[in-house]
Amino acid sequence: MTLVTATKRSARGTARADGGRRRPPDRGAWFLVLPALIPILVLSVGPLLYGILLAFTDAQSGRTEPTEWIGGLNFRDLLHDTLYWESFRIGLVWAVGVTVPQFLLALGLALLLNQDLRLRWLARALAIIPWAMPEVVVGVMWRLVYSPDAGVLNETLRDLGLGDGRDWLSGLGTALPAVIVVGVWAGMPQTAVALLAGLQNTPRELHEAAAMDGAGAWRRFRTVTWPALRPVALAITALNFIWNFNAFALVYVLTSGGPGGRTRLPMLFAYEEAFRYGQFGYAAAMGCVMVAVISVLLALFLVGRLRGGDDA
Amino acid sequence: MRTSTGGRIGQYLALFGYLVFLAFPFLWLVSTAFKTPQELGSPHPTWIPRDPTLANFRQAFDEQPLLRAAGNSLLAALGAALIAVLIATPLAYVMARHRSRLTKAATGWVVVSQAFPLVLVIIPLFLVLKQLRLINSLSGLVMVYVVWALPFALWMLVGYVRAVPAELEEAAAVDGAGRLRTLVSVTAPLLAPGIVATGLFAFITAWNEFFFALVLLKTPEKQTLPVVLTRFIGAEGVADLGPLAAAAFLATLPSLVVFAVIQRRITGGMLAGAVKS
Repeated sequence: MTLVTATKRSARGTARADGGRRRPPDRGAWFLVLPALIPILVLSVGPLLYGILLAFTDAQSGRTEPTEWIGGLNFRDLLHDTLYWESFRIGLVWAVGVTVPQFLLALGLALLLNQDLRLRWLARALAIIPWAMPEVVVGVMWRLVYSPDAGVLNETLRDLGLGDGRDWLSGLGTALPAVIVVGVWAGMPQTAVALLAGLQNTPRELHEAAAMDGAGAWRRFRTVTWPALRPVALAITALNFIWNFNAFALVYVLTSGGPGGRTRLPMLFAYEEAFRYGQFGYAAAMGCVMVAVISVLLALFLVGRLRGGDDA
Repeated sequence: MRTSTGGRIGQYLALFGYLVFLAFPFLWLVSTAFKTPQELGSPHPTWIPRDPTLANFRQAFDEQPLLRAAGNSLLAALGAALIAVLIATPLAYVMARHRSRLTKAATGWVVVSQAFPLVLVIIPLFLVLKQLRLINSLSGLVMVYVVWALPFALWMLVGYVRAVPAELEEAAAVDGAGRLRTLVSVTAPLLAPGIVATGLFAFITAWNEFFFALVLLKTPEKQTLPVVLTRFIGAEGVADLGPLAAAAFLATLPSLVVFAVIQRRITGGMLAGAVKS
């Protein structure tokens, strides 16, 4: 829905900007705007709309007969595609399973980095690693950690006398938790740094005043830190959820969706459908469903949170 | 705001936990990259290689066209970063200084574009690029990367432009400088560090990107580093761990160095964009 509104608006904006009423932009502004606007329209907004159209066709790769408009047939098939809904469920488990611990850990790290601790610089420096690494390398790296015989995880567990090692990424029960841990590791520092920036915008005097009034650490957090941090925290959590739900590279490298589809996120499913089996129309329909569901979930989340905030 | 001794100890323990969590996978990667095959095959792996070797690096270069892949990545990332910054800066300037329907729509697009799954964009792009015979070509990939890097580049740049006081420009105008003159001699120099940071950030995201490269590049000669890296993992998911670790380590170094340099600016830029818009 938001997509359509945004594009509509952009179209109207284009038509009106010449005779804009409020603050007539001078002709020079057009000259500044066009270089970015044309590629955005041609390579982003255009394909997005085209993609939505494709979802209503039987487009396939490498087919000779022309593509036909088939209405809602893809969506009907999708509705009965139990494998897809299973992957959707896995995607939600993964997105929630990554986003929530990611946020809690990041908040903890941000609060620590906001204190006068000696090793702060080291934590800041290390936090760059997951953030700057290519996702493919993060995947490769954790494969080495999880490796059944040559991995550090099993070796450590053996040293601690906790079992004799497993093949974490191939186990039906362990694969999803194992990739979720990687997801948390990969995104946590970025969230922490953003939260830290938010923390540093809170006036220190407020904390001091609260401390003078005898408020303990938890009360100071509840009454001073959190209210100031809340908008940033909400925005980050919403974005993280979307990014996590749409994730691809990390899990592609770690498990390729295995074992037995236990880690097959919706993006992996759609990718295989489109580029392994050539079902472009069907895969596009999957993309549409993902957008729709994400929009609804986010709307519910934001409305709920915002309303909750009014009472607090 | 004094913390009790017990609280302090707790804080240090927590910080130590974070340090271990953040560092150990990377240390393991580095350690694996320098291990001999015998050590990798031993049932009790060690943290520090007993007999450090460069053989894995040599083997990695022998097995896959790493140098060419790095060259491809460099070209794609440089091209994308340069073009993205060149076309984003003027739009960001207008977005920061004028409020019109158009700039509002652009802001809306920046936010919305973060939400749609790439698969919905890549299928049509694939069809279009195929028509233009730009599949398996770096120019096609650069085009995609430019648009993909634009939202964030705009986001950061709008923040940087807002940080340049409009009064400075007005003062220059009062002094009789034309619009272009003001932009070039007043705004641009103040904006330069932000533009560089944005460009470097676009560079890293393109250097690290995997999904588009996987779909658009077919032959090993054209593939970028992340795609070539996955070729070390065989069809059955079996990987030659040593060379894989060596190649992965090399692929990370450039982004780590660049990121270490600009990390502060990125956070600043992100926040400036987020807080003030």
